[in-house]
Amino acid sequence: MAAMDDYVSESDSDYTSYWRDWFISSRGNEYFCEIDEDYLTDRFNLTGLNTEVQYYQYALDLITDVFDLDCDDEMRETIEKSARHLYGLVHARYVVTTRGLAKMLEKYKKCDFGKCPRVMCNSHPLLPMGLSDVPNLKAVKLYCARCEDVYNPKSTRHSSIDGAYFGTSFHNILFQVYPALVPAKSAERYVPRVFGFKVHAAAALVRWQNKERNDMRRRLRKMEVDSGFKDGEDELEDDEEDEEAEEGGGPARLEYRGAPGGFITGPAHDGQMGGVA
Amino acid sequence: MSSSSGSPESWISSFCSLLGHEYFAEVSEEFIEDDFNLTGLQTQVAMYKEALEMILDVEPEDDDDDDEEDEEEDEDISGDGRDGLTGRERRHHSRIASDLSVIESSAEMLYGLIHQRFICSRAGIQQMSEKYELNHFGVCPRTNCNMTRALPVGLSDIPGEDTVKLFCPSCLDVYVPPNSRFQTVDGAFFGRTFGALFLLTFPDYDLTKSGSEAIANIPRTADDHQNINGMWARNIAPGLGKGKVYEPKIYGFRVSEMARSGPRMQWLRKKPDDVHVLDEARYFAEEHGESDDDDESMNTPGRAIAKRRAPGNARLRQRQGQNGSPMSIEANGQETEL
Repeated sequence: MAAMDDYVSESDSDYTSYWRDWFISSRGNEYFCEIDEDYLTDRFNLTGLNTEVQYYQYALDLITDVFDLDCDDEMRETIEKSARHLYGLVHARYVVTTRGLAKMLEKYKKCDFGKCPRVMCNSHPLLPMGLSDVPNLKAVKLYCARCEDVYNPKSTRHSSIDGAYFGTSFHNILFQVYPALVPAKSAERYVPRVFGFKVHAAAALVRWQNKERNDMRRRLRKMEVDSGFKDGEDELEDDEEDEEAEEGGGPARLEYRGAPGGFITGPAHDGQMGGVA
Repeated sequence: MSSSSGSPESWISSFCSLLGHEYFAEVSEEFIEDDFNLTGLQTQVAMYKEALEMILDVEPEDDDDDDEEDEEEDEDISGDGRDGLTGRERRHHSRIASDLSVIESSAEMLYGLIHQRFICSRAGIQQMSEKYELNHFGVCPRTNCNMTRALPVGLSDIPGEDTVKLFCPSCLDVYVPPNSRFQTVDGAFFGRTFGALFLLTFPDYDLTKSGSEAIANIPRTADDHQNINGMWARNIAPGLGKGKVYEPKIYGFRVSEMARSGPRMQWLRKKPDDVHVLDEARYFAEEHGESDDDDESMNTPGRAIAKRRAPGNARLRQRQGQNGSPMSIEANGQETEL
């Protein structure tokens, strides 16, 4: 494994001739890991791909660096394209193997796939994923294990990669295999406010969502499953807050606690109100 | 933009055309010149008077005509030059360089704090809506929000605490702007209020539209006239709810909630299938009768709402014939008595 990792990171001199090395180190392909030679040469792993890929045999030869066909540039370009497609399809199968998972895990730890854009996730590392296992349908997306949601890659060079090259299962299997990596969940969230007052429509939805969350946690506790929330005591507070909110009944309500930075009073705010009037 | 700040070389327009300052509106000079709008800022900004003069391009008494101001020109890397100005020729100060850089940074701070107030004013929020329509703020990165336009917001009103964030009206969450150049912009320059106030001020934007489409007002079909909690029903977090919650699957099978790695955060993206469930006030009224009609204006602040359905329920009101002109709304809701 260690030897393989060295191999991956070493993109200069001796190894530049290798197609796979060139492929994973070229710009835009940062999400891919290198597939073992052993895996590629075992035909069982490639079952069914020969019908998916044009010039399958040439493409496979190119990937495994045994390509020696003398052909014109146009043909070469076609085979090159097929090879990239084939690599992607094999990649989707490879990343769910033990070795593949370990390699992707290394990349995950290095934040090679980027960080979650959601503010409350505190730059949690992302994982690449597909929304479909069928090629040419959906582009690659990024999964955040903290908020369990799916995001678009920032860069256009990544958003053109096919999602099927990672598959719909990989990121979930990773956390099944490495349950210790499941991040602590947090109930922390953004609540829209106007001059410190919650906005009624959003606040009503937040109350409803909090109820959903508390229901889930109660359900899990009953089944004696760890809910994974790091802040075990917030449940009670949430209930309290709900009650208060019901008493309040109004569209918005002063909130003295829980606000990031607190509720501020003073001339600055008076001035602000003045600006609106 | 539609600012009244005269010449294109003004400090304000060159500040707004700097790289990373794409989110800023151009504060009108009338707004700055009204001392009331600046209440309390003297104590927050060093060299307040000089900074204010710099923002307004007012010449300090002692004036000579040298072309200096190195600090500013260094900062002025407005590569994109949206307004086609380079800020090369601006007002001249006869101050020593170190002083100038202090004033310059004070001016930026002061401008930001004024900006926080300005974008919550009538003219300011109108200008921000033009920028919103032109998609100046970017889109939500969440896949299920389908590239909804986002709004710049701060998580604090106090400068120096956090950088500017993007608020997505479709999932009601905040995100880090994709480009690192915004990581130098203080969130307090936009403030906590703007994002939510924008949605209350312009309730008729169709929030389901993606950033690449032209923004439109909500089509007026009978169904869309549902008003819940002061918002159009279809504008309440359109990016959340059934079909918009990610379901983890392995080989096509959903991951169980009972698994250690099972879903725990779906509540964050959920929404009741029938959003009327959120109409707490109506349920309260149904349970408790209608003895408390007199506080109805409290329940629909700032919204002109006319009675339209559910006879016998005074709280349920519909807005009519307003055509979304945000500026017709009175700040303290007198129009609710229409």
